Amino acid sequence: MSNIPTELKYASSHEWLRSEGNGVYTVGITEHAQDLLGDMVFVELPEVGDSVAQGDDVAVAESVKAASDIYAPIAGEIVAVNEALTDSPELVNSAPYTDGWMFKIKASDESEVAGLLDAAGYKNAIDEE
Amino acid sequence: MAQQTVLYAKHLEAGAKVVDFHGWDMPLHYGSQIEEHHAVRQDAGMFDVSHMTIVDLKGARTREFLRFLLANDVAKLTVPGKALYSGMLNEAGGVIDDLIVYFLTEDFFRLVVNSATREKDLAWINQQAKAFDVSVIERPEFGMIAVQGPNAKAKVATILTAEQQAAVAGMKPFFGVQAGDLFIATTGYTGEDGYEISVPEAQAADFWQKLLDAGVKPAGLGARDTLRLEAGMNLYGQDMDETVSPLAANMGWTIAWEPADRNFIGRAALEQQKAAGTAKLVGLVMEQKGVLRHGQRVVVEGGEGEITSGTFSPTLGYSIAMARVPASTGDTAEVDIRGKLVPVKVVKPSFVRMGKKVV
Repeated sequence: MSNIPTELKYASSHEWLRSEGNGVYTVGITEHAQDLLGDMVFVELPEVGDSVAQGDDVAVAESVKAASDIYAPIAGEIVAVNEALTDSPELVNSAPYTDGWMFKIKASDESEVAGLLDAAGYKNAIDEE
Repeated sequence: MAQQTVLYAKHLEAGAKVVDFHGWDMPLHYGSQIEEHHAVRQDAGMFDVSHMTIVDLKGARTREFLRFLLANDVAKLTVPGKALYSGMLNEAGGVIDDLIVYFLTEDFFRLVVNSATREKDLAWINQQAKAFDVSVIERPEFGMIAVQGPNAKAKVATILTAEQQAAVAGMKPFFGVQAGDLFIATTGYTGEDGYEISVPEAQAADFWQKLLDAGVKPAGLGARDTLRLEAGMNLYGQDMDETVSPLAANMGWTIAWEPADRNFIGRAALEQQKAAGTAKLVGLVMEQKGVLRHGQRVVVEGGEGEITSGTFSPTLGYSIAMARVPASTGDTAEVDIRGKLVPVKVVKPSFVRMGKKVV
């Protein structure tokens, strides 16, 4: 069974979101998503300073299998990206919830977070796939 | 309900991610296909290829039959055990399948054909064989394991009997020999040294386990695809099929035009295609970030083509592909990657052989 940490929020498009305080959230893709994609070979990240709307495609995860868009789970400004993925895209596979994070976003409307799935909701979503 | 090979339980035991492959439950990878790829390039890996179809042909006129059935010429096979790669064409010169044929004795040749094309291959071979009184005997009672990599032969040797070791000693590439219960061939689909070994089903799981114990890493379809593509080997159904001429699939070298009086199925159509000119299958190299993929549009001076197979090359660290493009294509092209035209180099479709970069 796929690991779905209970302290995170989720988008049905397989991103997770972790609150870092001060309205800043870290975003990555779930263990289930990396498992579907297979070995990661490139990750194209957004630029720090980009303003994004909820649902915008902001990054691309290229695996051995496919190129997949990564969507912004909430609106806001990109305040950091995980530069380590440039040389080590496999971190997305080995540590999807920790070292394999993709970007940090400063929310423009934190109420959007409440609209995302909790762990149980995300589990239901992927069970129905 | 998908079929399972005799090694299915061994795959589950090894933690395989199983996918449907043309009606077979096959391992895609056992954790990381890139690690499996490197194991084959650097040491030794093994693939379950039991889904492939072995067809024995028997009868006094078998050689004559094969000289008619195949575009390559089995007259080249003069030493028992010697193998030949060939296309099996239809009358229109399209590729029904690509296969390996082994010459065993004058009245006994063996074919190994693709699993995805099994039914149409058998139907076609049976239909053509009638006129030659050749018996067509499928051999589903064998499992098949491809052991590939620079250390593959040495690791296999540790689990062979003395008689089997003697039978394969000094065997050149593209030969097969019956050694006890095993049919051992110096063939493969990776561009590395190694064997493809047919083993009676009852012994297959035990043989797989012995290979594991000898340090051979299981590798899945994912690694098999990146390895064959690096080696510049075609995948049937992707790089060519019944609608594609072998001349447009980098298989010109497998067509034996001489002797000119040998009639083989598709010859007349091929001669016309050759005179008229065809597209060609080339290699593409993209050293910048991104991955070339099947189906992407290739833009060249004065025309367009398409990527037939594309991947990230684990050995090279960048993306490679095979593409069918107009014959006039020079040494550069552009690929439409998600709406953006990206420059690529055009090369011969062979990228890595025996662990070494060849582009």
